[in-house]
Amino acid sequence: MSTEITVRVNGVPRTAHVEPRRTLSDFLRKDCALAGVRVGCEHGVCGACTVVLDGRTARSCCTLAVQADGTDIGTVEGLADGTRLHPLQEAFWKHHGLQCGFCTPGILLTVQELLADNPDPSDEEIREGLSGNICRCTGYQFIVDAVREAAAVLRAETNGHATG
Amino acid sequence: MKPTAFDYVRATSLDHAVAVLAEHDGDAKVLAGGQSLVPLLAMRLAQPTVLVDLAGLDELSYLRADGAHLEIGAMTRARTVETADLVAGRVPLLPAALRHVGHVTIRNRGTIGGSAAHADPAAELPAVLRALDGELVATGPGGRRTIAAADFFRGFLDTALEPGEVLTAVRLPAQPAGVRVAVQEFARRHGDFAIVAVFAAVELDDSARIRSARIAVAGADQVPVRAAAAEELLAGRPPTPDLLVAAADAVAAATRPTDDIHAPADYRRRIAAVLTRRCLEQATAARAERSTAA
Repeated sequence: MSTEITVRVNGVPRTAHVEPRRTLSDFLRKDCALAGVRVGCEHGVCGACTVVLDGRTARSCCTLAVQADGTDIGTVEGLADGTRLHPLQEAFWKHHGLQCGFCTPGILLTVQELLADNPDPSDEEIREGLSGNICRCTGYQFIVDAVREAAAVLRAETNGHATG
Repeated sequence: MKPTAFDYVRATSLDHAVAVLAEHDGDAKVLAGGQSLVPLLAMRLAQPTVLVDLAGLDELSYLRADGAHLEIGAMTRARTVETADLVAGRVPLLPAALRHVGHVTIRNRGTIGGSAAHADPAAELPAVLRALDGELVATGPGGRRTIAAADFFRGFLDTALEPGEVLTAVRLPAQPAGVRVAVQEFARRHGDFAIVAVFAAVELDDSARIRSARIAVAGADQVPVRAAAAEELLAGRPPTPDLLVAAADAVAAATRPTDDIHAPADYRRRIAAVLTRRCLEQATAARAERSTAA
């Protein structure tokens, strides 16, 4: 049995037939060729498959593609503005917060939500915010540094818009 | 594809969901947020023939102050409940507990009804329902019924729900205005399943004596544990250090942990006592006002 779903992925409408057991992560990687969605543990522990579903982060390995019917999906491929990196991507590059890069897409989307909810987090809050994303390089210190700087850049941008 | 093949039905109404469940007579499973069920499917620990998705049933997503109760529709997301002023004002133990459920990403998708129906003994929501004498509302072929939390949780991932029933809401009594709450959870990292977690709601009288205490423990038995003997010990007494230690020992004695890969039973019992003492210190501290610290 397959079911027709229609979603928007990074702003692009897409209709497809999927088996009910197809996870959203497999749909995005294999049917939409979005390899920035990483598949690590495939049962909700590692956070590598994190995407944005109707404005909030979701584990795409713990979501069936059929559940996403009608939703707006964002992946790491939608983060940069053309060739201009998102401030988070800039900060991760500058602080060497990438290391092998496998966990990075999920972390970027998780942190984007964290900073939207809490624009000026403490180091403890950053670490708690990252606790659902496992980095096997154990490079958390550089990631925390990058998040702290990205938060400052994003706050300055917001204030600039507010006053300018 | 990690899960086995199954059919998928997006329910168009509660009656439709109940009818599909009845048709499949125990081989169907209800899909809410999927944060517990989809991993079980991936590991093939659950192999239903059909999933009945409640996602389209907007009528099951609500927060309602209903007389002396807070009623939460089963499809309400954990993150919505955690951040709602209505919940913080009426049942402050709930947002304090939900902060420990997985991570924000999981709370964005996970639902209140899904967590209650999944009945993991290490989970936070079932323990809060036990601590506060919550109720669960279910609808099946025979109509609607309300089940006390004390009767609902029967064993590991086992509830009083019949195969044809859908959990539609949970109900919690609104707490007295001055209630002080505390949650202490021991997990290997924030958001992991609790090794042990303790949930306490304490009322003090005008002379700072404990008027009433409600305590439940997760991760220390096949079901959430309500620590009635400790609650009786505390009622009517000033919160002296000796009393809090005695109550902590009484809580540990009420647990029935088992050895597993994460911790031996004695270790869990010991942690239950330590976390209980910390909860009670926090909830009875002179300056604690609706304390919700982790």
